Amino acid sequence: MDDILRVEDLHVEIKTHHGLVKAVRGVDFYLKKGETLAIVGESGCGKSISVKATMRLLPSNGRISGGSVKLEGRELTQLTEREMLKIRGSDIAMIFQDPMTSLNPTMTVGKQIVEMLKAHRKDMSKEQMKARALELIELVGISNPEMRYKQYPHELSGGMRQRIVIAIALACDPKVLIADEPTTALDVTIQAQILDLMKELQSKIDTSIIIITHNLGVVANIAQRVCVMYGGTVVETGSVEDIFYRPQHPYTKGLLAAVPKLHEKTDKLHTILGTPPDLMNPPKGCPFAARCAHTMKVCQEYRPVFTEFEAGHTSACWLHDARCQPEGENQ
Amino acid sequence: MNQEKNMDYQNIPRELFTKVQVDQGERERIGRPSLTAWQDGWIRLKQNKAAVVSLFVIIAIVALAILGPVFSPYNFAQTDYSATYQGPSLAHLFGTDMYGRDQFTRIWYGTRISLLIGFVAACLDLFVGVTYGAVSALLGGKVDAIMQRIIEILVGIPHLIIVILLMMVLPAGVGTIIVALAITGWVNMARLVRARILQLKNQEFVMAAEVLGTSQKNIILRHLIPNTVGIIVINAMFTIPSAIFTEAFLSFIGIGLSEPQASLGVLINNGYSVLQSYPYLLICPAIVIILIMVCFSILGDGLRDALDPRMSK
Amino acid sequence: MLKYIGKRLVYLVLTLLIIITVTFFLMKKLPGTPFDTERFSMLAPEQQEIMLEKYGLNDPVPVQYIKYLGNLIRGDLGTSFLYTGRPVADVIFSRLGPSMLIGIQAVLLGLAVGLTLGIIAAWKHNSGIDYFTMVIAVLGVSVPNFVVAALLQYYVGLQWGILPVAFWTNWACSVLPSIALSFSATAMFARFIRTEMLDVLEQDYITTARAKGLSQFKVLMVHAVRNSIIPVVTILGPVVVNLLTGSLAVESIYSVPGIGSLFVDCIKNNDYSTIMGITVFYSAFYIFVIMVVDILYSVIDPRIRIQGSKEG
Repeated sequence: MDDILRVEDLHVEIKTHHGLVKAVRGVDFYLKKGETLAIVGESGCGKSISVKATMRLLPSNGRISGGSVKLEGRELTQLTEREMLKIRGSDIAMIFQDPMTSLNPTMTVGKQIVEMLKAHRKDMSKEQMKARALELIELVGISNPEMRYKQYPHELSGGMRQRIVIAIALACDPKVLIADEPTTALDVTIQAQILDLMKELQSKIDTSIIIITHNLGVVANIAQRVCVMYGGTVVETGSVEDIFYRPQHPYTKGLLAAVPKLHEKTDKLHTILGTPPDLMNPPKGCPFAARCAHTMKVCQEYRPVFTEFEAGHTSACWLHDARCQPEGENQ
Repeated sequence: MNQEKNMDYQNIPRELFTKVQVDQGERERIGRPSLTAWQDGWIRLKQNKAAVVSLFVIIAIVALAILGPVFSPYNFAQTDYSATYQGPSLAHLFGTDMYGRDQFTRIWYGTRISLLIGFVAACLDLFVGVTYGAVSALLGGKVDAIMQRIIEILVGIPHLIIVILLMMVLPAGVGTIIVALAITGWVNMARLVRARILQLKNQEFVMAAEVLGTSQKNIILRHLIPNTVGIIVINAMFTIPSAIFTEAFLSFIGIGLSEPQASLGVLINNGYSVLQSYPYLLICPAIVIILIMVCFSILGDGLRDALDPRMSK
Repeated sequence: MLKYIGKRLVYLVLTLLIIITVTFFLMKKLPGTPFDTERFSMLAPEQQEIMLEKYGLNDPVPVQYIKYLGNLIRGDLGTSFLYTGRPVADVIFSRLGPSMLIGIQAVLLGLAVGLTLGIIAAWKHNSGIDYFTMVIAVLGVSVPNFVVAALLQYYVGLQWGILPVAFWTNWACSVLPSIALSFSATAMFARFIRTEMLDVLEQDYITTARAKGLSQFKVLMVHAVRNSIIPVVTILGPVVVNLLTGSLAVESIYSVPGIGSLFVDCIKNNDYSTIMGITVFYSAFYIFVIMVVDILYSVIDPRIRIQGSKEG
């Protein structure tokens, strides 16, 4: 099996003082060695929580309530916290959304990189660690590493900070790198630089990447496969080509239609009507039923099952069912 | 997908695969009912059991302070030299003091005075502080700058010392304490109100209202005031116990109220002088003042968490 | 930075001047002087005149004010009435030691107990120790310090006889006053660091640290505690105010020969010059502490350091 990471039927619940939010309700995805998987969806669809759950990094009020997460066949949900510590950072590393807040403001960036090495590379000497940190700073494209090493995060620009965050994540050559909206908080030009850096580094150090984003441009730029999430579930998975050229799920189609296109003359921006479902009381049937243009009775009653189109391209929608009336199929 | 689900789905009747019309309104439905900030705050406050209990204890204490002396067969200043230093009993629930005065009556009478001082001082603080803060923030510019300099100097002054000095100069009495507390106490309120209004003025929704052509008066009435009331209420909740404490403190060191007037501070001071022989004379008023302070403090915290979640951080 | 300190110094002097002025004119308005006492009225009119002359009370008020200011600058706070003839500055200075001792002990105790409780409470949020800390925090700020002092004196000192309750003979005498005084400081520190820690624990960089595979303990000590302790400096000001006012009652109760009890004695005996002296001393001390705290804070926190240098 060349799957480095396999997540099956993952459920996550978050306790809030309004009630229990079922943030992730049966999510499946896998990551092959060396590939980049993009997880796409709008805010609050559970994409960020899903990947945090794979690292068991949920906030204290959240818990994994079911499913499995396997790293190279090893079940992570059953590990003790102590065993999990060895995996975090060294096997799976993470890059966060906002570089302004994801670095400790009162610690020099050099120390923050070395800290990662200290946690996992007990064999390295102090000098080796510093040398490695400097090497990493250079690797992520920051000049003058000796000076940067001693600086505090607030002395660096946003783009540079995100490079440092990447340097920290790569310090121990992780097998899987999870990037949670790594470019959302950055300027457009910096976004492109960071994405290029990630692509370049991936080929250099042979890591597999999961990138979470709501930006389809980012997906097209960096990913080989895409996983579309909606309302705490995966609605469609496939290669970038499958998703962009042969989308099957009405939600994916809606997402693609909502991207403004340069060559089309139009005055109107396409939108998907309505708001995402309330995950405190998730709908019984398809989560998208309330906003879908093709809703059937069955959609409101039953969760749709996956239908496979091409190899590795699946979509969960009742429209794909054989029993579906012809007029439902046509758009 | 697991087996169970697949079984299920094979049995779905064909009729269900027909299109339904989804109501447009239904699509835009927001999951949770929308609540005003106050409703939301009230719900959150109700969930905070400690705050609710505190609220009831405060109500009970206020009721006792008002009604206790009225329904008591004794007068707070009425002496009875045949019954001095009596321990708590049915005739005298909290015992009697060195002049045979009924402690139950005196404690609730004292609580009444202490609460009165707290409430009136808080009201004066509120009036002066809110006016000062609002004027400073709304006028802005030079006026604001000058008013801020004044505040910056005033916050540097240790309040209690000024209160002590005022107490020594002015004739002793409840009014003096209130005036002394109000003269020094409004600064904090003014700062909070000013900071809040300035913060609001720069927020998107106020700017949006301005852009949409809402009049200055409407912006103040609809946006600034409703969003400032929260911190004013919260701050007042903390002013009341602090005023009660200051009064008790002054009376304890001997420059607050004096005999035969009773306040919690006077009673504690009297009790302290005979602590070794008659501890109940100190403990009863001490428990009342502790209850008042604790409950106001918890209620204040609860209100802050409920009305202004950002401030609690 | 220098500009900032300079600005603060100007404010310090201005505030002090206002306090001195207010104090001076309030004192002049006081009914009843020490010269109203029986002892004084027994003196012959000529002697009375000499006394008034000696204390400069025959001059017009503005002249007295200018004279007082001039003397202040030279460190002369006037002469005490209560401790006849002794310079106020001397009287205050002789009382400084005990006050400093219990003040410093109270701050250290408050820091040690308060920070430990607060950190554990935030770490074990919603646990038994968290609730315990919250109770301590609420009680600490709610129970008047003179009640704490009186009850401690009664139970620990008199009933159980563990520690001396009054007099000032050896170090043991300072234990109870220090504990009584530290109570509110403990509560303030515990409460502050708990809220601060809970806030810091929600920050993204804590998740980053956890994602590095650091143990919970390391995340807590290296990242959370460090970032939450820095702002504790900001409440040192309010804590000092609390200690100053608390010391008035606590020192009187335990008869500590400190400045607090001196102040209360002078208030009871209308010793204006000493009252003024202590007021000036307390205010100067308080303003100075606040200033040092502000400067300290901007030095410790790298984020503020940069902002400060950009603005100032």
